[in-house]
Amino acid sequence: MEWGPIILTFKLATVTTLVLLMISIPLGYWLAYTRTRIKPVIEALISMPLVLPPTVLGFYLLIAFSPSNFFGRFLNDVFGLQLVFSFEGLVLASIIYSLPFMVHPIQSGLSNLPPNLLEASFTLGKSKTVTLFKVLLPNIKPSLLTGIVLAFAHTIGEFGIVLMIGGNIPDKTRVASIAIYDEVEALNYGAANFYSIVLFGIAFAILLTVFLINKGVFKRFWG
Amino acid sequence: MIQLSLYKKLQANHGEMILDIDIQIQSGRLVAIYGESGAGKTSILRMLAGLFHPEKGKIIVNNQTWLDCSEAINLKPQKRKIGYVFQDLALFPNMSVRENLLFALDKGQKSDIVDELISIMELHKLETRSPDTLSGGQRQRVALARALVKQPDLLLLDEPLSAIDHQMRSKLQDYILEVHKKFQLTTILVSHDITEVFKLSDHIIVLENGRIQKQGSPSEVFSGKNMSGKFQFTGDILSIEKEEVVHIVSVLIGNNIVKVIVTEEEANDLSVGNKVIVASKAFNPIIRRIG
Repeated sequence: MEWGPIILTFKLATVTTLVLLMISIPLGYWLAYTRTRIKPVIEALISMPLVLPPTVLGFYLLIAFSPSNFFGRFLNDVFGLQLVFSFEGLVLASIIYSLPFMVHPIQSGLSNLPPNLLEASFTLGKSKTVTLFKVLLPNIKPSLLTGIVLAFAHTIGEFGIVLMIGGNIPDKTRVASIAIYDEVEALNYGAANFYSIVLFGIAFAILLTVFLINKGVFKRFWG
Repeated sequence: MIQLSLYKKLQANHGEMILDIDIQIQSGRLVAIYGESGAGKTSILRMLAGLFHPEKGKIIVNNQTWLDCSEAINLKPQKRKIGYVFQDLALFPNMSVRENLLFALDKGQKSDIVDELISIMELHKLETRSPDTLSGGQRQRVALARALVKQPDLLLLDEPLSAIDHQMRSKLQDYILEVHKKFQLTTILVSHDITEVFKLSDHIIVLENGRIQKQGSPSEVFSGKNMSGKFQFTGDILSIEKEEVVHIVSVLIGNNIVKVIVTEEEANDLSVGNKVIVASKAFNPIIRRIG
């Protein structure tokens, strides 16, 4: 019985969520206010992980990152990045896989704000960045929280994409979901049960916390 | 001096409408743009603020060009020296009253102005409250104060008092007049309320379907010609009662009910709910319907 896979799972989920937050805030802002015609195309692309089997995504990432082709070799030679069967590769795959879970709540939160808040801030001489961080984001805290939790939870629940691109290397790519599968294959039901129960308990605790907080948040905003 | 010429096709409720106006406004005036809803009033304010772009047009404020479509000049809203009070006020719910005002400070600007505005608008007791907990009139005062923090040249008010009850409205109108004079602002007010326009503005532009129908001083615009009254007020008729040979008309002016005696002939032209001017020449009050 080891804690390694559990720790790795949470490390992956934390890193993925943080990076996603940094990507999704500008992306959600852009999607909420843009009038470009290609917006539906971008939205469809971001939502692809919702419908595609993770194995499809994993398969193409595996091909793309493989050192045997140009792109993979380029990453390896120039940045020293090996994305196949490595933690970095898992992070990148998780980011793509969980992107809609972070972008959608942020985008819809921003779209539901009265447009005058943004305009009022502009007429008060404030830039887009100041407006975003001081006016818009503080008013969509419930959406941000939803995005963070969904992205985090979704990353914990990853399996197919990790299997395709990460493999099963202890302390590098062997996350809890893979470990469970591995233990079951080896007929170690006790170990599989241990990982499963820990994941079950933690997932429940996270979601419960969110609902409790949200209840409080709603009370404060609309009570 | 503000020169404004704007042209834009708008999608109105009843189909396409062309907004085509050419206005000059002297500095220091309080100008009302009056018209039915959908006449294009708010669009004009939004174009002045840089939040909405005309197809053709020019905006020059105090010799500074804010917009010139033929030269591709278009100052961002942030660069235009305006204070804008939105119809729904757009107070920031995540900030207290004082924080809303502090947020509006320019970089390096001293916060003295915030304290001054809090005192003018009598917001002392509300400083730490969240905008969500305030009444309509209180929110209005906060929005007006916030729009004045960066000491704009031009104050734009979009139906500022539409959501406020009658008694509060009169008081808020006094606040608007006070800051307009104190900060030597050029103020443009959009309204469809004649009483309000009459009380506040010294110049009225009547807008109909995107075009200027007439403009002039309030009494010129609404009574056809200047009545040269010694004093005049506008109000709403509350009741008309017949007493012997005359009729007594009760008019609500601000918070006061004024009773005016009219002949039967005059009374026929009036009905409850009409907006009227009550004016006095020499000694007899004149009452005339304006809406």
